[in-house]
Order: sequence, then C-alpha cells, then structure tokens
Amino acid sequence: MKYDQVVATFDPVLGLEVHVELGTKSKMFCGCATLFGAEPNTQVCPVCLGLPGSLPVVNRKAIEYTIAIGLALNCSIAPYSRFARKNYFYPDMPKNFQTSQYDEPICKNGYLDLEVETEDGIKEFRVEIERVHMEEDTGKSLHVGGATGRIHGADYSLLDYNRAGIPLVEIVTKTIEGTGKYAPLVAKAYVKELRDILRSLGVSDVKMEQGSLRCDANVSLRPMGEKKLGTRSETKNVNSLRSVERAVRAEMIRHAGILETGGKVKQETRHFHENTGETTAGRSKEQAEDYRYFQEPDLIPIAPAESWIDEIRKTLPERPSERRKRLQSAWSVPDKEMAAMVNADVLDLVAETVELGADPTKSRGWWLGEIARIANEKEKWAGELPISPVNVKELIDLINAGELTDKLARQVVEGVINGEGSPKEVVALRGFKVVSDDSALMEAIERAIAAQPDVADKVRNGHVPAAGALIGAVMKDTKGQADAAKVRSLLLKHLGQSE
Amino acid sequence: MIRKSANEMAAALASGEVTSVELTKAHFSRIEAVDAKVKAFLHLDTEGALAAASVIDERRKKGEEFPPLAGIPLALKDVLVQEGVPTTCGSKILEGWRPPYDATVVKNLKKNGVIILGKTNMDEFAMGSSTENSAFHPTHNPWDLTRIPGGSGGGSSAAISSFEAPLAIGTDTGGSIRQPAAVTGTVGVKPTYGGVSRYGLVAFSSSLDQAGPCARTVLDAALLHEAIAGHDEKDSTSINAPVPRVVEAARRGDVKGLRIGVIKELQGEGYQAGVLERFQESLDILSGLGAEIVEVTCPSFDYALPAYYLIAPSECSSNLARFDAMRYGLRVGEGSAEEVMNATREAGFGREVKRRIILGTYALSSGYYDAYYGSAQKVRTLIKNDFEKAFGSADVLVSPTAPTTAFKIGEKSDDPLAMYLNDIATIPVNLAGICAISIPSGLANEDSLPAGFQVMAPAMADDRLYNVGAALERELLAKWGKPLLEFAPELA
Amino acid sequence: MSESELDHLSSELDLILSAVARVSEVAKDDIAPTSHPLSLLNVFREDVITPSLTADEALSGAPAKEEGRFKVPQILGEEA
Repeated sequence: MKYDQVVATFDPVLGLEVHVELGTKSKMFCGCATLFGAEPNTQVCPVCLGLPGSLPVVNRKAIEYTIAIGLALNCSIAPYSRFARKNYFYPDMPKNFQTSQYDEPICKNGYLDLEVETEDGIKEFRVEIERVHMEEDTGKSLHVGGATGRIHGADYSLLDYNRAGIPLVEIVTKTIEGTGKYAPLVAKAYVKELRDILRSLGVSDVKMEQGSLRCDANVSLRPMGEKKLGTRSETKNVNSLRSVERAVRAEMIRHAGILETGGKVKQETRHFHENTGETTAGRSKEQAEDYRYFQEPDLIPIAPAESWIDEIRKTLPERPSERRKRLQSAWSVPDKEMAAMVNADVLDLVAETVELGADPTKSRGWWLGEIARIANEKEKWAGELPISPVNVKELIDLINAGELTDKLARQVVEGVINGEGSPKEVVALRGFKVVSDDSALMEAIERAIAAQPDVADKVRNGHVPAAGALIGAVMKDTKGQADAAKVRSLLLKHLGQSE
Repeated sequence: MIRKSANEMAAALASGEVTSVELTKAHFSRIEAVDAKVKAFLHLDTEGALAAASVIDERRKKGEEFPPLAGIPLALKDVLVQEGVPTTCGSKILEGWRPPYDATVVKNLKKNGVIILGKTNMDEFAMGSSTENSAFHPTHNPWDLTRIPGGSGGGSSAAISSFEAPLAIGTDTGGSIRQPAAVTGTVGVKPTYGGVSRYGLVAFSSSLDQAGPCARTVLDAALLHEAIAGHDEKDSTSINAPVPRVVEAARRGDVKGLRIGVIKELQGEGYQAGVLERFQESLDILSGLGAEIVEVTCPSFDYALPAYYLIAPSECSSNLARFDAMRYGLRVGEGSAEEVMNATREAGFGREVKRRIILGTYALSSGYYDAYYGSAQKVRTLIKNDFEKAFGSADVLVSPTAPTTAFKIGEKSDDPLAMYLNDIATIPVNLAGICAISIPSGLANEDSLPAGFQVMAPAMADDRLYNVGAALERELLAKWGKPLLEFAPELA
Repeated sequence: MSESELDHLSSELDLILSAVARVSEVAKDDIAPTSHPLSLLNVFREDVITPSLTADEALSGAPAKEEGRFKVPQILGEEA
C-alpha cells in the first residue's frame, strides 16, 4: 500500500521510548570509569559485575542529571521515589535483574513542544511525556560464529561488562495521537529536539551512532475515526534520526498492508535494518513478560529537597527553541535560511564557529554550502565529517586575509575532509597560493591576451563583458590561484577600460 | 589455653604468656583433633592464618599497641567473601570460587588483627535452621554429635562450643546466629539492621540479613561486635551513627530498675517444658537483681512466620538469580546459555534453596503480588508497631530463643513447616530490624541440652542487650559453678 | 528436577502457601507496607572514579573466557 493511501485510510498512534546514557564520570552504582572504548572488563568491580555480596550505592550526579532532564521536559519531580528490581535472565545482565524504577519514577507528566517542518509548512505538536526514570545499562555481547555477527546462528558469545552499570535515563512518551501523515516527521523531530535538549544540558554526548542515545518506536494503526487503539509493534535498533523517520514510516506501511487484507497485526518486537529500510520480526510479545518488580531493598529512597531542585532549575540552559530564536535575530537570518540550518542540523556548528569570532553569514555559507553538499554526497550529516568549527574559522580568516579565493577555499574544505590536515596545512601541502602579486599576474594576463588577441581587441573596443574569457584563461593558467577580482581590474586597466 | 575466653587470651597475648602463632597453632591442633566429629569447617586457611599471626607477633615485639582482639583466632561463616579464600555459602554452585575482594566485615577483622582460621559450614545460602541443608555435610552439635547445632550458622556455633575457636562471625536473617547459639550453649547476637555492613555478605534476604558476633561469653561478643560494626559507605543500608557502647555495657551488667517485657505470644504451646523452665529461672534471677518484669502482648507476631516465609524467599529468588554459570561458579550442561544455566541451577542448588526460589518467584508474580509479598510487607508494619508499643512499657523484651533444644539430625528434615517453627521467636526481630542476643540459660531438664534466653532491644540500643546479658551470665555462672560448656562431653 | 522431586516439591509448596496465605487476613488497605526497617533517605556517593578490578581479577572465576571476555554458550536471542 502506498504511503498516501495508508494515511488516508488509517490513523497512526505512536509511542516513543528513548534511552540516554548519562555522561557521568563514574557508573550509576559504583565508582568504575565510564570511558568508551576501554579494554574489555577493565572498568568493572564487584558491584557492576554483580559478584555475590556486592551492593549498589547511588551516584548523586546521575540523580542531578535526571532531575535536570525532567525539569527541561516540564515534568514534576517526585518528592519521593525508589528503585525497583526488574527481574529477568540475560547473560549481559550480571545480577539477572536490572536495578530500575517501577511505580515510583523520579519525574512524571511533562511535555515537549515541537515545530515540525513539513511539506505543508511548519506544524506545531505537543508530545506528552509519561515519565523519566533511572536505570543501569547492561554489558555488551559479541556474538561469534554466526554469519552476520548477530545472535542468530552464533556459536557462542563473548561478554564485556564495561558498559554494565553505566547510568541510563529512560524517557517515555504518552501515546502520541493526531499526527496523521506527519507521524514519521513528528517522531524524528521529537527525537531530534530531545537530543538537542540533552546536549544543551550537558548530561550526555547523545551520539546515536555510539549508542548513548537509543530510540524504540512503538507504532500502531487504527481505522480513521476509530477510538480504540490498534495492536502495536515495537521497533528497536533505530540508530539515527533518519532511521527514526524511516522506521515509523515502514511500520505504518507494513501494518496497513496487513490490516487492509483483513489480517491481524502481531504484538511483537521488530528490528530496523538500515540497509533495506525494512523491519524484521524479533521475539513475539504475545504475553508481556512478568518482571516481578519489587522495591530494591539494597537502596534507600530518594527525596530530593526543594532547594536542590531549585538549584538545578537555575542551572538549566535556555531551551533550544529559545536559543534558535535568539540566534536568528542576532545573526539576522531569514526564516527559510534558519529552517535550512536546523534541517541540515548544522546550527550548533555554525554557532560554534561564530563563537570563535567568524562572521555569521560566512560561517553559515560554508556549513550549509560546501560542507553540507559533501555530507549529502557521503550520506552523512555535516557534524560527522572530520571538519570542525575551528577549521572553518581558520578558512574564513584565510579568505579574509586574501590568502585564499573562494574557489581555492572549496578545495581546501575537500582537503580537510580528506584528512590532509587543517586548512593552513592543506594550503601548504597543496601549494595553494593566491597569486595577487601584480607582476606575476601581469605575466599571466599577457599570455592570455597573446593567446586570444581578438578577444582582447573586443575589450579594447569597449566590450567589457568579453573580458570574462580572458579572466578565465588567466585563472586556468594560474591553476585557480589568482585573485580573480585583481585579475579583472589589472586586465581592464591594461586594455584601457574602466571597471 | 583454647578453653579461655577471647578476653583472657588477649591478656595472655599482651603479657607475652603466649604468642599469636602459638595460639593459632593450638586451635588448628584442636580442630584436627575434633573436627572429624564436629565437621564445623568447610575450609581451613592454615597458611594465611599463621602468616597473619606471625605478622602480629612481629609487630607486638616491636612494641606496637593493638586493638583488644589482635592475634585472636576466629571462624568465619562461609557466607562472607574473603579474598582469595574459597567461599561456598554451603552450596555446590560456588564450590571452588575464590572471591577477588574482601567483605567489609572481613576488612574490619583484618584491621583489628583478628586471625581468620577458616570458613565454617552453614545451611546452603543461609536457608535453614539445622545446617542439614549444607550441600557438603551436616555439622554435629558438640553436646551430642547425633544432633543438629542449629542453623543456618551451625558451623560457627559448633566451632565456638567445641573450642575450635573463641570467636566466630555468623549472619542472622531469621535467627541464624541466635538459634544455633541457643542449642549449643553459646552467645550469639543479631545487631540492629544496618549496624554491621552487608558489603561482601552474600545476600539471602537483603532487608533482613545482618552479620553478627558469636562467642562463649557476653564480653567476648561485645568486643567482636565493636570490631565489626560501624557505617560503611559501600552499603547504602548501613547506619551512619556511632556504634552503641556495647563493651562498656558488657562490663557493667546492671539491671536494677530495668523494665523487662515478657512477650506473651512467644511462650506456651510449642515450647519445650525444659526450655520454658530455664527461661522462667532466668527471669527470676533478673527480677532478683532489681529488674521489673512486665507482660506485653504483640498479637501480630502470630503472622510473623508466614510473613517471613514470603519476604525472605521473594528477596532470595531475586538475589540468587545471578548464579547462572556465566561469570563464576559451577557450569554444567550442554546447549544454549539458557540450557546451561538451567542445568547448572538444577545441579548446583539444593532442595531447600529450590523450594524458596520457587516460592519467592510465585509470591512476586503479577496477580499474586498483593496477596502475598504485598501483604507480608504490611504484616511487617504491624510487627514494627507492636514492638514500638511494647518498648513503650519495657526497656528490653525477652523470650526463649528457640522453642526446643537441639533435635536429632534427620528428625525434621522432611517436614519444612516443622523446621520453620524453630525460628518462631527469632523472626519478629529481623522483620522489625531491631537487635537481639541469645545467652545460654542452662540445660533443659529432660535432655540436659542447652537452651537460650533471648533479649531484644530497640534499634541502635544494642548496648542494652549486653548489659542484661552480662548480668544474667554472671549470676548463672555463679549458680553453675563453672561455664556451661564445661558440662559438655569431652570430644577429644 | 525429577518427576518425584517435583511431586514432592509441589505438595510441600501447597502446604507452605496455604500457611503463608494467612497474611492476607490481616493486611488491611489502610496499613502501609514496610519494605525497609530503616527510615533513611538520600544515601548517595559522589561522582568520582575509584579503582576497578583488573581484567584478570574480574575473569578469575569465569567458567570460560576468551580474549579478555567471558565466554558463554549460544544465547537464544531477540531476533527470530
């Protein structure tokens, strides 16, 4: 069924669960380091390994970060909350229960307002947040022996518990209704806005590619006008913003296909595949697993003092949407350009570049222009490319100093992204030099005139536009390193014309 | 030397009459002589103990000052982790496991210079009242080798009462220090919950477990209590307050004007006549010393046993989930991870442990939570309230520690409900989190076997236990003419 | 567990459960449950790094290991 048909027939309902790995120095319940990429099992201790006799102690910073997240999402902070044990068996969980929160989460009932860019213009949606709670991450398993490195068909698995015990915050929305055909965009916008907020709070490095921000998307369809909710599927392994949008869309189409032929959607976990854009079935969730939740007896309840919450509230940075408005006015950016920056997700990069002292319009020009172009080509987003605001500032400085032309600068950008070094290093490596030395330019100009005498005559006779061909020849001759404006002015003067 | 109290041994060490190495060797000799019969120990750390002892001796020679128990040998219940030393918790599933870390209690013992001789036998994962649930072998009561030494800490109490060690550490979840103390004629204390760190204490029931001292005298127990108690930042449930002045209290032993509350529900039917006789006798003695005896009633105690047998299994079903053959311990079986885990747990856990895990899993499952675990938590509130009310009219509360003297090995092992009844007087204390002590009250007339007198005090009032205990102990010693253990049969 | 063990266990459990079901007799709605004997609140630790075990120590009890990781049998996974 085609998407347009799907949304004409059915009403999608979404539920989004986002897990955030907090950027605390130490783990949730012990003092082990949380650095990414350490040698396996070198950041573990009796507590996070779940050795017999070990006991957890709560990381105060993790609570602080969680409260900050709750406040940023307009939640109420529970005056009293506790940890609970979620009991189930899985080798990546050392205790075979996860210390989490159940009926007493630390933050509840918030909301996030979104401005979603659609083909029909900017639409506003409010996503209601059910709860924000704390839990601990699991270890990582490497599946060995199977064809694809995934579980299915593996001979055995190797477990690294460095990640076990890292603080996780789970943010759960209430059902998101009334998005209609914009559902995939709303989902993506929600995760993006959430990510931006988390980044601005400084509580996590929110890198979806590295797993510090994970999204599970719940999708269900019901016939237009129907009040009762349809059966939902839960899609995991959604590792980028683009995947959020694609996964929701794919599930909507898949559900519609089943319902349209009179079938029943199975309540199950699905896995999203980046390469195909499709989902495949995981474990069936016909019976919700019984986690036998009970209050964690090894931990003491949390009752954050009002004064502490107020202190945290004071440290909250401005909301991304407020920041956007402020920057837009500070940089005098038209709406369309602003939206383009937000869409290409380069706003923070531009801001950083401006903060280093570069001109906003020029900064925007590079990030939205050449760099975004290359990013698109490589199917990445600009922030993933190995070029930084520091690089761009250096580039702009070089242009301002007359050491680079725009044309050369574009080549420098390419060089930086290729790993040839900083802009200055690329310039040196590639031997770029803007030829603005008059005598050198004159030599090139003479050569061009000699090669195209008739064009030169045209110019002498007053046909100034014809100079373009000669300027072009000089640029070619100087391998694009000539300062085009200077060439033009010298050439015209030489041929007796004014500019 | 081995028949002395720890306090007396400490004096001998301080005066130079004996060295710690000599003392330690003497105890290992004793163990060699009698443990084939008593079977209190699962592991002996001869090398480690002698090395630690000689370090103490060296430092003492240099004139260093020591805490009271430095150089004194001790037996450690095998439920506490000791770095590099096999820790089994009485279970096959941990056979051979050597922990890479020390329990805080063990750290504190080492800090005090105490010499850990080895690990003692116990009911598997602390579940039981007779030590018959040990996966390895039962322990035998030194008073009568055909009888149980109590449980779950039967190994520790048997070691003390057979003079294999003057001190031991036990753990008490429903009476596992106190009941063994009662049936072996020794002293055992369950400190206030949170008074002693649980870090490194392999968890059975997290909201009830507590490590505590086992000894032959009240003063010895007090000295050990002070050595191991105190706040631990690694245990979120540990109390951040000074340790009650238990040694001072043990030296005082003055009950004049003290109000002693006798709990109506913890006597009468189900209690052996001889046990009740000794209990009454102890009451009379305390009364004679100037204490005021009052009767109190705690009606919710009738529900204590069932509540305990819902809460403890529930918590343990979760605590024992980690034993899955993946990271440590036993691994048997073929096939998938799930199959190997199931095969390992089937082979590695004994019947009582399996029983409690299944019971606990059931009590927590959705649909049953409210009726079982949820209700049990409410009973806990009622019990706490009853204690609070009772402590309004009494400074301490008393009862016989256990309803009977030591029964025969095998006598109750097929009847779980009968076995559970051994804890009827001790369990309410754990549910409320308060403290209690068991002091030998003498021998029951019918069978000449030891009975225990239990004293209970409000949370953080552990010193009251030792005060009353010391007073009673002094009078009883005078009455008997010699320590109770001198009446026990010679083992070697 | 063997058939006979299971039979034995199930009858024991029935007995225990009925004995234990008595608790719901007194557990009225207006009684708050106690999950903790202590009335402590807010026990935290600061966000500082403390020494971890070495990989060898961590793996010291492992029934099987490979390349510094715990080796476990095939996990029947989430994916079909």
